[in-house]
Amino acid sequence: MLEIIGLIIKISIVVGVTQGAVAYLILVERKIAAFSQDRIGPNRVGPLGLLQPIVDGVKMFLKEDVTPNYVNKPIFILAPFLSIVTAMIGFAVVPFGPVGPNGPGLFDGPIQFQIAPGIDIGLLYIFAVGSLAVYGVILAGYSSNNKYSFLGGLRSSAQIISYEIPMGLSVLGIVLLASSLDLNTIIQWQDKNAWGIFVQPLGFFIFLICAFAETNRLPFDLPESEQELVGGFHTEYSSMKFGMFFLGEYLHVITVSFLVVILYLGGWDPPFVSLGDSGWLMAILKVGTLITKVLAMIVFVMWIRWTLPRFRYDRLMELAWKRMIPLAIGNTVVTALILQLIRR
Amino acid sequence: MVYNYIFIGLLILVAAAFAAGPLVAVALLSPKKRSATKSETYECGVLTVGDSWVKFRMQYYLYAILFVLFDVETVFLYPWAVSYGGLGFFALIEMIIFVVMLLVGLAYAWARGALRWL
Repeated sequence: MLEIIGLIIKISIVVGVTQGAVAYLILVERKIAAFSQDRIGPNRVGPLGLLQPIVDGVKMFLKEDVTPNYVNKPIFILAPFLSIVTAMIGFAVVPFGPVGPNGPGLFDGPIQFQIAPGIDIGLLYIFAVGSLAVYGVILAGYSSNNKYSFLGGLRSSAQIISYEIPMGLSVLGIVLLASSLDLNTIIQWQDKNAWGIFVQPLGFFIFLICAFAETNRLPFDLPESEQELVGGFHTEYSSMKFGMFFLGEYLHVITVSFLVVILYLGGWDPPFVSLGDSGWLMAILKVGTLITKVLAMIVFVMWIRWTLPRFRYDRLMELAWKRMIPLAIGNTVVTALILQLIRR
Repeated sequence: MVYNYIFIGLLILVAAAFAAGPLVAVALLSPKKRSATKSETYECGVLTVGDSWVKFRMQYYLYAILFVLFDVETVFLYPWAVSYGGLGFFALIEMIIFVVMLLVGLAYAWARGALRWL
């Protein structure tokens, strides 16, 4: 019983924090955009524009929700719903801090900073759920009965499935080293040995690029590309349904940033020092380290958006199939070979 | 073991409720002023000509087929990678044979121009 209550508390914290984070990430993104372009950015609502996300949220609800005549209505409504659900359930296996028998005690056992701590195939689960994200986009594009949406949906699905392969292949290196698909075991391995970025630099690089492509962020935002496709798959959406796609996209950015940090940047392991195993202080320090790294990663994602121009579509597909896939396979083979040589 | 998956089930329920909430709220809250022009398909001011579900590029379909092949083969590599530490030299040879087959498939698609965006 206590476990279920604990779980409900954990789920509400995770949902609350991520939703709040998404609202403020949009503000952060606009501020970074303004900074990159030498503007001021939103500064009218509240001090430094800090109340802007609340106003934006209210506005989303009070705008008219237009459903055009020619759309396929059930699918049209299902699409934004799916895009949020698939983005949210990925968090089930993401460790937000230390997981294990030595965690800080509360009630009758140690606290596990993870919604579903017993699952040892975390990475596989994340990839499985992550590939469901394509449904929200393609259903939106198809059901809108609009040529822009249709093209955006097609482009997006082709892009997402193409980059999923190098993404899946690039993490094989770190899985080989840690001998586990459990995200927490991978962090512990990095804590004991070295961060993933140092032992798997090529894997890190490929994974990072695929992460940008999977979340439809610039330089890979072809599904939306305003200049060609108006809004891509969400051209026909208005009001909160439009907002839900944005929520989903930012949730994906958060999940992917967590993954990059957990797989390649040491997770809750701070640089230079090593934290102890037990006690509240250590747990809080670890959670703090992880969150700081994730925030830095998110800012990096936004910084890239205002630095690089958009890819051309044929180049995008070429990069995935002719460069990244062979490189990722090569990375796996070389890692396995080196492991075999070291073991001798 | 199965018990742990109940957690994920609960999270899916919460996520579904969280996603359905705004849809219901917006149906109740948002103003409704329908008009014929507003309900048209959006196309920068002019009326849409013909159906929007048109014929599209063959290449999307090719990429989808290639994706199915490669994704399944990638998933086969996961259990191998997890248990590689406990396997011998032979596991490496087997994997290299498997990967070479994968690469031959890629090279074939490449040579036949399936990866060329026309």
